[in-house]
Amino acid sequence: MADPITRADVEHVAALARLALSDDELDRFASELGVILEHVEDIATLELDGVEPTAHPIQLMNVLRADEVRATLPRDEVLSQAPDVEDSRFRVPRILDAP
Amino acid sequence: MTATDIARSVRAGDRRARDVLEEHLSVLEQREGELHAFTLVLADDARRAADAIDADVARGEDPGPLAGVPVAIKDNLCTRGVPTTCGSRILAGWQPPYTATVVERIVAAGGVIVGKANCDEFAMGSSTENSAFGPTRNPHDPSRVPGGSSGGSAVAVAAGFSALALGSDTGGSIRQPAALCGVVGVKPTYGTVSRYGLVAFASSLDQVGPFGTTVADAALGLDVIAGHDPRDSTSIADPVGALVPELERGVEGLRIGVVEELTDVDGVQPEVRAAVERAASALEGAGATLDRVSVPNARFALSAYYLIAPAEASSNLSRYDGVRYGLRVDAPDVAAMNARTRAAGFGSEVKRRIMLGTYALSAGYYDAYYGKAQRVRTLVIRDFARVYERCDALLAPTSPTVAFPLGARTADPLAMYLSDVCTVPSSLAGHAAMSVPFGKGEAGLPVGVQVLAPALGEAVMFRVGAALEAAGP
Repeated sequence: MADPITRADVEHVAALARLALSDDELDRFASELGVILEHVEDIATLELDGVEPTAHPIQLMNVLRADEVRATLPRDEVLSQAPDVEDSRFRVPRILDAP
Repeated sequence: MTATDIARSVRAGDRRARDVLEEHLSVLEQREGELHAFTLVLADDARRAADAIDADVARGEDPGPLAGVPVAIKDNLCTRGVPTTCGSRILAGWQPPYTATVVERIVAAGGVIVGKANCDEFAMGSSTENSAFGPTRNPHDPSRVPGGSSGGSAVAVAAGFSALALGSDTGGSIRQPAALCGVVGVKPTYGTVSRYGLVAFASSLDQVGPFGTTVADAALGLDVIAGHDPRDSTSIADPVGALVPELERGVEGLRIGVVEELTDVDGVQPEVRAAVERAASALEGAGATLDRVSVPNARFALSAYYLIAPAEASSNLSRYDGVRYGLRVDAPDVAAMNARTRAAGFGSEVKRRIMLGTYALSAGYYDAYYGKAQRVRTLVIRDFARVYERCDALLAPTSPTVAFPLGARTADPLAMYLSDVCTVPSSLAGHAAMSVPFGKGEAGLPVGVQVLAPALGEAVMFRVGAALEAAGP
């Protein structure tokens, strides 16, 4: 199904997942993920063409409600849990480069 | 004393909720240091709640079906203004701005919240060793694990710290610890219980359910928490009916199947297999018809589960980014802040599953892994549909083994995942399943037998559970 997972693969996936892993963790995950992926290879042997995928166990319907104003979470209570706040907003480090 | 007896006597004014609570708190005080069932004990809040219930009774008001019943709440269920950690450093100290629907229902029914129960980080694990706040231990042998991820909830009930508990089950996280701790644990049909305020792990699998020392207590708990919730669009509009009245109906004429692929396989301890066989005989003796049935694709369920659940988790856990709540590790730019926060805040099992899920969803691998796993899920559902044409409920082991020693599987993630081999098939199908204690296994430790039923088959499942309990091992 797929080639064995390499350390470069692990670094790529860690970047996608926004995880700043240490060198030790990168090595360990390369070997551990390899073992787990080898185990799940058993489903690669199955003939699955024509089998519909199941994303969810129950029939989901679009849920609509009346377009009316409702109470939202109390702003101060929400902001009180944030790591950094400025003027009633979540404050984060620089996102864009300076002009 | 069972939850059923507590509620009955408190409602009748024969016992005070405060006295019931103090009895549980005194047991807790003796053994909590050793067992560590809780991330947070809410003794003072519980005393106030119990006193309020006693005041209701004194005024002639009915506090509800859980009047004065001490309840433990898994710490991945949000409680407004009360720390909710999910067993993770990334949420240490976080106080949610809202309360989970199931917790509101417990409180509205007269339940008394004793504390937040320890769990594997973000419910990822089968031993409660993955909590950032230290492991929980099995009350039957504290050198062994209680199972997981809802280990704290199972221990709270097994040790008598609470009469009921709520846990969550994604691939067995209620049933397996119930089995290992010798209590009853129920994973309801997907959509039976609201997930509003349950911190998401794998949204197509997660379901909240009760623990109790008896089948009747578990039914009482599920009756309280089941039902549609407009705040969870996946909660079913027509919930299961009251389950407590079903318990007396017996199993006469019910058709029960023993699932071969989950029972007669390597890795299932002989004592566990023997318990399932004895359970089958007991049901036959009570008037049920027994058969052996095959769910051929069950042997692929674990692989499918360990692709689907991590894939969904990798998406769900992207919300822990150091912006709106929880831990932040500073960095000069936002991407580095996200990555450092997550690296510092998550433990190794959570990182492992985020990595596995991200890999399974990434370009070039999606079809081979996630896509295949979703198709296997369809096959498992079809197998069950075929079997349920001629069976009303099924039997299988809950856990292939009794409780294992702390540390025995921590160095080998795959060995830990294999703990879930008997529970994941019904999770993939979204069906009902429960674990009922049935005798002892290796080293005199509890064994659980799993009762499986189709979607919304809770009534039949509880009848079978009650019959097993009545027959005894």
